[in-house]
Amino acid sequence: MTADDIWGRLFNFANYGELVALVQNSIVAAAVLGIVGGLIGVFVMQRDMAFAVHGISELSFAGAAGALLLGANVVLGSLVGSLIAAVLIGLLGAKARDRNSIIGVLMPFGLGLGILFLALYPGRSANKFGLLTGQIISVDIPQLGLLIGLSVVVLVGLLVVWRPLTFDSLDADVAAARGVPSRALSLGFMVLLGLTVAVSVQIIGSLLVLALLVTPAAAALRVSSSPLVVPLLSMLFGFVSAVGGILLALGGSLPISPYITTISFLIYIVCRIVGARKAAGGRASARRSLQAAR
Amino acid sequence: MTVNPAGPEPVEAVLEFEDGALGFGGRSLWSGLDLTVKPGEFLAVLGPNGSGKTSLLKTILGQQQLDSGTVRLSGHAIHRGDRRVGYIPQQKLVPPGTPLRGRDLVALGVNGHRFGPPLPRRADRERVDELLAAVAAAEYADQPVGTLSGGEQQRLRVGQALAGDPVLLLCDEPLLSLDLHHQRAVSELIDQRRRTHDTAVVFVTHDVNPVLDVVDRILYLAGGKFLQGTPAEVLRSDVLSELYGTPVDVIRSHGRVIVVGVPDGHDHHDHHDEEAE
Repeated sequence: MTADDIWGRLFNFANYGELVALVQNSIVAAAVLGIVGGLIGVFVMQRDMAFAVHGISELSFAGAAGALLLGANVVLGSLVGSLIAAVLIGLLGAKARDRNSIIGVLMPFGLGLGILFLALYPGRSANKFGLLTGQIISVDIPQLGLLIGLSVVVLVGLLVVWRPLTFDSLDADVAAARGVPSRALSLGFMVLLGLTVAVSVQIIGSLLVLALLVTPAAAALRVSSSPLVVPLLSMLFGFVSAVGGILLALGGSLPISPYITTISFLIYIVCRIVGARKAAGGRASARRSLQAAR
Repeated sequence: MTVNPAGPEPVEAVLEFEDGALGFGGRSLWSGLDLTVKPGEFLAVLGPNGSGKTSLLKTILGQQQLDSGTVRLSGHAIHRGDRRVGYIPQQKLVPPGTPLRGRDLVALGVNGHRFGPPLPRRADRERVDELLAAVAAAEYADQPVGTLSGGEQQRLRVGQALAGDPVLLLCDEPLLSLDLHHQRAVSELIDQRRRTHDTAVVFVTHDVNPVLDVVDRILYLAGGKFLQGTPAEVLRSDVLSELYGTPVDVIRSHGRVIVVGVPDGHDHHDHHDEEAE
């Protein structure tokens, strides 16, 4: 297979006429996901759960592939897979070490299951790869509505548990002493994360979910420590990556996901550089004030 | 509703254990514990690793139930998350890069338990400023906590613990890994609070020296037994030898107290975490 063949397949996968017809709704869905992903990403970082996101997304993939095989609603399938994974990880992995081993066990199982379902699936191969690498253009309007609805649910849910979840994430001992219901919160958070992952799988694919759920927040944390600025920046970064990715992809004939992941990665690089400079400046000024104090 | 003809009983003790017993992993940590802590009293809880100091705190926080006996806070049964208890945890440095400034750490004490949209409130902000001023931490309130020294972080912790205007301050090794200067500063802060507000203090520590001047009473736990009394009554070779069941020397030098000869397995330094797990 030559490079041109590969190019050609990618080109066929992204059917331009279909894309134009749906692009408006896709952009809205991507925008909402970018914002919600950026927001929940802050907690993913605070709770050190990047690996969990990846684990959930593989089971979400399995659910979606199963739904595809059965002719059921793919979004619902991916939702079921996500939620099962999220609740399992939440229940069995209260401690970080347990959690990582459980994710490590679940992830290949989910991926393998998904591959099995896809191998059995007789339909178009575009659908198959779409689940792994993103297929927002092939999601129809009712499903886009579902994706947006789910994102809004996550957004509202996060706002309701914002402070106790922050407390539990950053200062677990004192939060527990204060009576913050850490177990219920962490399970609730996993459910919200599961919903977000299910939406993301539809838009940028299960393999690339981290680009919207981790990278924007990781970038924001490089440049700020304010509990207000970090989420705002992270949402902005997620929004720019998701919407910018679609807008750029429209001009070419490639799938959208690489555009999204690349933008999100570039934002991270820039934030790292900015953060490093700030830190260097901060250390210098701290030294100066120390010397002044002496 | 019925009215109690006798009126509310006069409540003197802030904290009261009655014949309390607690085990851990099948072995008894302590039993028959009768303990009363009055308003403004400073109680130091001493004892080797594994003697049940942390479990005692967890019981007071309502995170662990007594096997038998009762424990009451201001005359009422303990419940989890009681705002009348302030908790200062073992010194655990906040990692750099955590999105939390000094004032945010204190704010968690003020409203961190509250559900609902995190809209800023003026009353909360004023309360945080008040607390920051009370622990003299206003200077670095806007710096990321991860960049602050252990002493500065611990000051903020005191401010955070005072958010609910507690009647009881629970301190779990709050001076651990602080240098002498900061040990003194933080313990002065706690001492000052109990003098000005009559807040009772239960202070778990493996080293009594930093707080020796302010301690009213000591609860000494060791090997399933305990004893209590003033520092002069408890920190004596004969008394501790009897508690440990083996000869132990209490040496006083330059105003410091050193307990020598504590048997193996009664390591006098902190390995608190094992017990906390």
